[in-house]
Amino acid sequence: MDLSMLGALTRPLREIVANKWFNRIAVPVVIGFAIVFPLFFVGASPFINNTVQALVYVVMALGLNVVVGFAGLLDLGYVAFYAMGSYAIGWFGSEFLYPVNHQKGVHFLVSRLPGSLPGVHINFFIVIVIAAALAAAAGAVIGLPTLRLRGDYIAIVTLAFGEIIGNIAANGDQLHFGQYTLTAGRQGITPVDVPNLPGVGDFSPLNNRPWYYVALALVLIVLFCNVRLRDSRLGRAWIALREDEVAAASMGVPIVRTKLLAYATGAAFGGMAGVLLSSYTNTVNADSFNFSFSIFVLAMVILGGLGSIWGVVLGALALSYFNTYGIPDVLGPFLKNFGLDVTQLGFGIFGFVLVLMMVLRPQGLLPERRRKLEMTQGIGADESLVEVNA
Amino acid sequence: MSVSPATPAPPATAPAPDDGGLLRAIAVTKAFGGLVAVEDVSFQIPARSIVSIIGPNGAGKTTFFNMLTGLYAPTAGRIAFDGRDITGRRPDRITALGIARTFQNIRLFASMSALENVQVGQHARMKAGLFGSILRPPWVRREERETRDKAREMLDYVGLDSSVHEQLAVNLSYGDQRRVEIARALASDPKLLLLDEPTAGMNPNESARLTAFMRQLRDERDVTILLIEHDMKVVMDVSERVTVLDHGTKIAEGEPATVRNDPRVVEAYLGKRESESADETGETTAEGG
Repeated sequence: MDLSMLGALTRPLREIVANKWFNRIAVPVVIGFAIVFPLFFVGASPFINNTVQALVYVVMALGLNVVVGFAGLLDLGYVAFYAMGSYAIGWFGSEFLYPVNHQKGVHFLVSRLPGSLPGVHINFFIVIVIAAALAAAAGAVIGLPTLRLRGDYIAIVTLAFGEIIGNIAANGDQLHFGQYTLTAGRQGITPVDVPNLPGVGDFSPLNNRPWYYVALALVLIVLFCNVRLRDSRLGRAWIALREDEVAAASMGVPIVRTKLLAYATGAAFGGMAGVLLSSYTNTVNADSFNFSFSIFVLAMVILGGLGSIWGVVLGALALSYFNTYGIPDVLGPFLKNFGLDVTQLGFGIFGFVLVLMMVLRPQGLLPERRRKLEMTQGIGADESLVEVNA
Repeated sequence: MSVSPATPAPPATAPAPDDGGLLRAIAVTKAFGGLVAVEDVSFQIPARSIVSIIGPNGAGKTTFFNMLTGLYAPTAGRIAFDGRDITGRRPDRITALGIARTFQNIRLFASMSALENVQVGQHARMKAGLFGSILRPPWVRREERETRDKAREMLDYVGLDSSVHEQLAVNLSYGDQRRVEIARALASDPKLLLLDEPTAGMNPNESARLTAFMRQLRDERDVTILLIEHDMKVVMDVSERVTVLDHGTKIAEGEPATVRNDPRVVEAYLGKRESESADETGETTAEGG
């Protein structure tokens, strides 16, 4: 394929995004469309089901984009924050902690059904806030040891952190605190409470629409935060740090604080997405917190364009749909002709797509203007200082 | 001619007398492992003065700058600024206290516009945090607007008209990049401005303009200026005092004319004098920069 072809394909799209009218017209139109389109599907439609998952991935990708795209800190352990969010709803929105309060349970702003069950049951939306706080704290903790590191070394530490969290989740059933254990290990926690939102409809596996709207609302909130942060004192400080840590520090940007804020912010979004995904899939399963998940989300960010908000949204949707439709429905029958089983090739295919992307269009589908410069002109290459007084 | 055991260095431990100097470095030393880059340098800058540090390549000038701005912590010695001990403080704290700098090799944020670069320079003077940035209440909006206005004002002040304000730093000409860097440093409202070889790569005309600009800065904005400079014409022209470093130690200090004729300085730049004729060569070279 010709190198310029992909560029030519997305050029009109990029021009639209760069246009100042984009925000005034296209954004309301897209949001309006997003609100209306599930009405054309039945509640149990698998397409809506896959779209809910895609939207959760959008939230995660936007969160990771703050860390990797804005602040330039390569995070390979993002799954840890998904796990934090999952356990937040596992702990505070299921029967997992059933011995609490003499097995009568603790309930706060929940509907009648979970209100009668043992365990801690806190309103879904409050759990989202709790998860954001927990994940943000975890994000800051993971950030601390990386502060003196650069580039690839940060990636290694975050990767290890993701693995540690995954292992703790898997073996947490062996960690006893009195009558409680930390996690349910590979057995998983199920069922998990669903949101209680009168007027939106019944949150059940048979009706995906309310889930869709909650996911969409979360996407919009995170999108809003991303846009606001990008054009702010903090956003400029992140970009400055990414480009030249020494110069940024000399201009008054506190390195430690600013980096930790990036980690914490990105992590908070990951935690929020984790709550929704676990509630939606009705399970908190330690097996889902693995390295490949981190890579999956990172691939979305890279595919869309590091630091480019709309690019990341596009990348997350594209890769998510590619995963749910492209691989089994399109590539599956094709590869079957060669006697290959597509279910076993999933990550090989992702890897191939990423490599293809890196060769043809390293700046992503909808590159951010700055990143494009960095990719094409070698700006912002890490220049290390002997000693930064952090 | 035999030299008696090394010229007595200024007393190392005794603090320099406090005559109201804006910045005082007292017996500052920086060692990188076994390499001593700056050794026992004491130094003082009176408020509202323009002072130069000169010396051959590798004399420790930039290392000294990096200690003043907090990028390096001194191995020994103290640094006081504006009545406060800033030894080993974080660079961003020092910037907040009122020291700003430029870099020998321009270090702009290349993919940001000139305006954004200068806005980053105001970071220490702004307050918006995470939630302020997201929620953007009226005071944050006002702060953003004021920051932008001030950034434009700074760019105008250094002589960049509005046509370049929105241009990415990387696309600016070398001279304009230097200006943006100065504007970015000025944006933090410094009391002390450190310029690391500001005229590097400039032609004599541009250098002369910059020299005039430094005086203007001092007179209009009460900024004290410390510069590292190789261009002797600039040094002799603008500085009220000159400090000479060689091999990490201070070998001379004083008014430009005195320092220029100091045999130790000539020796540092040219090597040891072999004959009388070298003296003349020394002057020409020193002047040529």
